Amino acid sequence: MSVLVYTESDQGKLKKAAFEVASYAKEVANQLGTTVTAVTINADNTAELGNYGVDKILNVSADALKDFNAKAYASTLHQAAAKEDTNVVIISSSADSKTLAPILAVNLNAGYASNVVAAPSSTSPFTVKRTAFTNKAFNMTEINSDVKIIGVSNNAFGLVENEGAAAAEAFSPNLDDSLFGVKVDSVDKVTGKVTIADADVVVSAGRGLKGPENWGMVEELADVLGAATACSKPVSDLGWRPHGEHVGQTGKPVASNLYIAIGISGAIQHLAGINASKVKVVINTDPEAPFFKAADYGVVGDAFEVVPQLIEKLKEFKANNA
Amino acid sequence: MKILVCISHVPDTTSKINFTEGDTKFDTNGVQFVINPNDEFGLTRAMWFKEKQGASVDVVNVGGAETEPTLRKALAIGADKAIRVNAAATDGFFVAKQLAAVVKDGGYDLVIAGRESIDYNGGMVPGMLAELTGANFVNTCIGLEIDGTSATAVREIDGGKETSKTSLPLVIGGQKGLVEETDLRIPNMRGIMMARKKPLNVIDPVDAAKETTAVKFEKPAPRGAVKLVDAGNIDELINLLHNEAKVI
Repeated sequence: MSVLVYTESDQGKLKKAAFEVASYAKEVANQLGTTVTAVTINADNTAELGNYGVDKILNVSADALKDFNAKAYASTLHQAAAKEDTNVVIISSSADSKTLAPILAVNLNAGYASNVVAAPSSTSPFTVKRTAFTNKAFNMTEINSDVKIIGVSNNAFGLVENEGAAAAEAFSPNLDDSLFGVKVDSVDKVTGKVTIADADVVVSAGRGLKGPENWGMVEELADVLGAATACSKPVSDLGWRPHGEHVGQTGKPVASNLYIAIGISGAIQHLAGINASKVKVVINTDPEAPFFKAADYGVVGDAFEVVPQLIEKLKEFKANNA
Repeated sequence: MKILVCISHVPDTTSKINFTEGDTKFDTNGVQFVINPNDEFGLTRAMWFKEKQGASVDVVNVGGAETEPTLRKALAIGADKAIRVNAAATDGFFVAKQLAAVVKDGGYDLVIAGRESIDYNGGMVPGMLAELTGANFVNTCIGLEIDGTSATAVREIDGGKETSKTSLPLVIGGQKGLVEETDLRIPNMRGIMMARKKPLNVIDPVDAAKETTAVKFEKPAPRGAVKLVDAGNIDELINLLHNEAKVI
């Protein structure tokens, strides 16, 4: 019996979240006194997983899985779980993992806890802490089923190095045609930019920027920090930025290490979406903006004066700390 | 085309969240409940199919009698019939099994559920429902066209979007983008009056185990006061982010 972890890759390269879920799986395996087996799908170089506590890697290489397919990916993990006699499966909080996990839960008749932010507080009963009410609260959840699936929130557990060497083997699941009832026609993805889901740092802006033509400085600040860009709901409703950048209760949740909010007043729905971020910085002209009550650091000032200064100072800082 | 829209009854997005009974129960005192926003986008898209392509639209909720005003609102928006499975919605797997029984019984071609509810945020019901009923599944759906039994769906992925071809029966996990926010409908007086006469069937739950239990809630620890940095002293902000917060 192993703890099974699905370690996701993008265009052959393991994601940072893959090492985080591997770290989490190692912690669970330690609590249960067992080992960690990782499953990769079409990943090129997987040996590094050994540095995060993975004992064994099942490498799946299949053209049929080139595009994400929820049922086929879930079936692959189901078959891997059966092979490893697994009763705990760890996944990330990516859009793909959150899509396949419920299907896998039905396949394995498993309880599934998503948005988990800490290692299990107990393994008998199996109890995890997860976010609820869109980050306005936490919920201690007991998973009662024999098999358990845990979806780990990004940046919640962090990377923990556990030196070791993982034994890798090829794994070929049986993939029935009936799994492929949804066929990908086209993918429209911005390449070379950090996505909100993967970001350690998110730079977000609101109506205080006055118009989409002023987003250049937001993108420049994001470039300097290696950050993803995001926006408030009114900004996406006005069409200044795409829906995919809308952060908040009805948009994307953000769980970054640093969230910088520029010209966002801080409506309760927006704050709920970013509550899971660790450090929040607010730049706003209005000292009464509600966001200041939720922030760690604040600058009361005009974004058009503060942000260019911040960009220049960060460039200097990076040059001095390279 | 028979469409079923799954409706969660959730606290309004502006609600303050508190707990009672030793932090084991959500405090509903003074809380306004609404149709889950992700479900509302789906309901509006279902109305579009009904009006433009011809479809019947039923709505379903798993919950106690207190959720009926939310179902009546969905009827006032234009749904034809409501079904309430008379059970507390305490576990996603349990809810998915109840909905699967409704889907199988009703022979629905298209099931629209929100990608997640804004209370427990489990995000599991649409995918479980698809798997339990053997339907195709598209999650985080931001665009859907139906032509006969063929469907073209657009889903949001990390860093972009993906278009796929599939067929009915289909379950989608919908969200903002499925329709524009400006297209959302507010029930008018005629709709509210008509909703009173539309059927709201209450059915008993099927046997299903609860795989997870929410045992206790916590609110985030109170934050310390914000540290304000002078707009003319950005070096200090960088110093704090580097040396104190250690995030750059």
